[in-house]
Amino acid sequence: MDKIRGRVWKFGSNVDTDQIIPAEYLVTGDPKKLAGHAFEKVRPDFAKKVKKGDIIVGEENFGCGSSREHAPRALIGCGISCVIANSFARIFFRNSINIGLPLIECAVEATEGDILEIDFENGRILNTNSGREYRFKPLPDFLLDLLKAGGIVEYTKRKLASN
Amino acid sequence: MYNGMTIAEKILAKKSGKKKVEPGEIIEAEVDYIMVNDVTGLPAFEVFENFNVAPLRDKIVLIPDHYVPNKDVPSAEQAKAMRIFAKKYNLPYYYEVGSSGVCHQHMIEKGFAAPGRLIVGADSHTCSYGALGAFSTGIGSTEAACAMALGNLWFRVPESQKFIIEGKTRKYVMGKDVILHIIGDIGVDGALYKSMEFYGSTVESFPLADRISIANMTVEAGAKAGIIPPDNTVYEYLKGRVIGEYEPVFADSTAEYIETFSYDAIEIPCTVAKPYLPSNIAPASELGDITIDQAYLGSCTNGRIEDLRIAAKILKGKKIHPNVRMIVVPASKEVYEQALEEGIIKVFLDANAYVSGPTCGACLGGYMGVLARGERCISSTNRNFIGRMGHKESEVYLANPAVVAASAITGRITDPGEVEHG
Repeated sequence: MDKIRGRVWKFGSNVDTDQIIPAEYLVTGDPKKLAGHAFEKVRPDFAKKVKKGDIIVGEENFGCGSSREHAPRALIGCGISCVIANSFARIFFRNSINIGLPLIECAVEATEGDILEIDFENGRILNTNSGREYRFKPLPDFLLDLLKAGGIVEYTKRKLASN
Repeated sequence: MYNGMTIAEKILAKKSGKKKVEPGEIIEAEVDYIMVNDVTGLPAFEVFENFNVAPLRDKIVLIPDHYVPNKDVPSAEQAKAMRIFAKKYNLPYYYEVGSSGVCHQHMIEKGFAAPGRLIVGADSHTCSYGALGAFSTGIGSTEAACAMALGNLWFRVPESQKFIIEGKTRKYVMGKDVILHIIGDIGVDGALYKSMEFYGSTVESFPLADRISIANMTVEAGAKAGIIPPDNTVYEYLKGRVIGEYEPVFADSTAEYIETFSYDAIEIPCTVAKPYLPSNIAPASELGDITIDQAYLGSCTNGRIEDLRIAAKILKGKKIHPNVRMIVVPASKEVYEQALEEGIIKVFLDANAYVSGPTCGACLGGYMGVLARGERCISSTNRNFIGRMGHKESEVYLANPAVVAASAITGRITDPGEVEHG
C-alpha cells in the first residue's frame, strides 16, 4: 500500500454514516452486499459508477454519526482505496483503521474525477489534474503497525498467540 | 510542574495501569464491559470465530434492540445469530426480547454502567454512561470482537473540554435542550476526538434522566466521551442495581482542559434542531409555522419514565391532532411497567397515541414509524440526518419530550408553554 493512484469522488463536510450506508440495509456485515447501497440516498449513481481503486475526498468530520462498521465495510466493498478528509469522526476513523481502509487527514483541493497519486511512505498527495502537491503527517506508529499487520484482527491473533 | 488529570485521563490511566496519561498518547486499557446489539453483533461474532479462544464471558453484554422484534427475515437471522453466540459460549448477559429494552437504558438499569468504569459498546450512543461518571464510548464490531477475546483495546487519550452550566432552567427546559444548545454553539465537530466534562449547579440539580440525555448526545458534537462527575443522585440510583463494586473518579483541581465553556441556564429555551444536523438549532417558539405528520417519543436519548411523565402531563385530557400520528416507545420493560403503574400509558392511549414495546426501530428509520416522502417528524431522538427516519426527502426535528407532546396536540412545532395557557 506504499503508493496508490485513483479517481476522486468529492464530498463535503459532515458526511454521516447514515448517508454512507442507510440503516435499513444493516442486516448483513458482508462488504459486497453493503456496497450496492453505498450513498444510495444522497448519491444514487455512486454504487453503480464507483470503480476499484477510486478515492473519496471529503472535508470536515467525515463519517460522523452511528458506530456502524458497515460504513467502512461498504466502502471497501465498493473498492475504495483511501478516504482523504480534513477531519474524521472518531468511530469511523477507528473502524477504518481496524479493518484496513486507509484514511488520510489532509485538506486536499480536488474536484470530482481528478486523479490523485498518494505516496504513503513519504506522506505526499499529488493532484495530477491541478499539479498541486499536499503533504500529510503519517499515522502514529501504533496505528501504522495495526494497518501493516492487516488490521486489528491479525494484531489480536498475534497478541493471543504471545499470551 | 505537575498537572492533574481530568476524569477521562484518570479512568484511562487507571485502566491501563499507568500513573499518568497525556492527551494524544495511545494506550491499551482493560475494559469493564463490551456491549453489542443485534445490528453490530453479527459482524462481531463472525470476526470472533477467527480467534479460537473462549470469550471473556463476564465482560460481554448482548442486547438485541435495533430490529427486534424482528422486522423481516434478514433481521430475524441477525437476531438469531446473537442467540446462538450466547448459547454457544454460555454467556450470562444475553437479554431476550421482552426482558430488556433499548441497549443503553438497559445497561444503566441493570447496573453495568457505574462511576469510574471503562465501558465500550458497538453503538455510538454508548457515551450515555458518562452520566454516571463512567468513561464509555462507541466502537466498531471488529474491535468489539477483539476486546471479547483480549479484554483490552487501544485508545487515544482525548483532550478534555469543560462545560459549566449554572442556574435554574426555564419551565419545560430539559437536559435535551441543554445539550442541543451546546451542540448548536460548538458545532457537530466541536468536540471531535475529545472528552466533554459537565459541571455547574444546573447539571447537579438535574435528575439522572436529564444527565443521560446530555451524555448521550455528546457524540453528536463528535465527542469520544461525555462525563458528569458522579454524586448522590447516581449513588442512590445504583443501590440494589449495580453489579459489583465501583469507585468514583473525579478530576484533579489542577486538571488541564483545552477549552472551557460557560452557560447561563435561564438563557436556554426549549430548543429544536432542524434538519439535517443536530447543531442546526432554533427556539421551539420560533418554529410555530412548521406543521408535522408524526411525533415520536422514545429512544436512548428520551425514552425514560421522566420523559413519558412530562409528555403525559401535557397530553392528559387532550387528543392528538387529526393530521398527526404519535408514536410512544418506552425505552425499556422497566420504563413500560412504571408507566403502566402510573396510568401514563392510559393517558397516551386516550389521546390516540400508538404505544409500542421497546425498540430502536423508527429512530434510525428501520421500522415501526418510518417516514414517507415529504413527511415531517418532531422527535425526541438524537439524529436528524438526511433520510434518518425514512425517505430521503423526509425531515426530522429533534426536541425534548414536552415539545414533542405539545406539537402532537397542535399539529405544528409548539413550545409547551403555549399549550399550557391555550
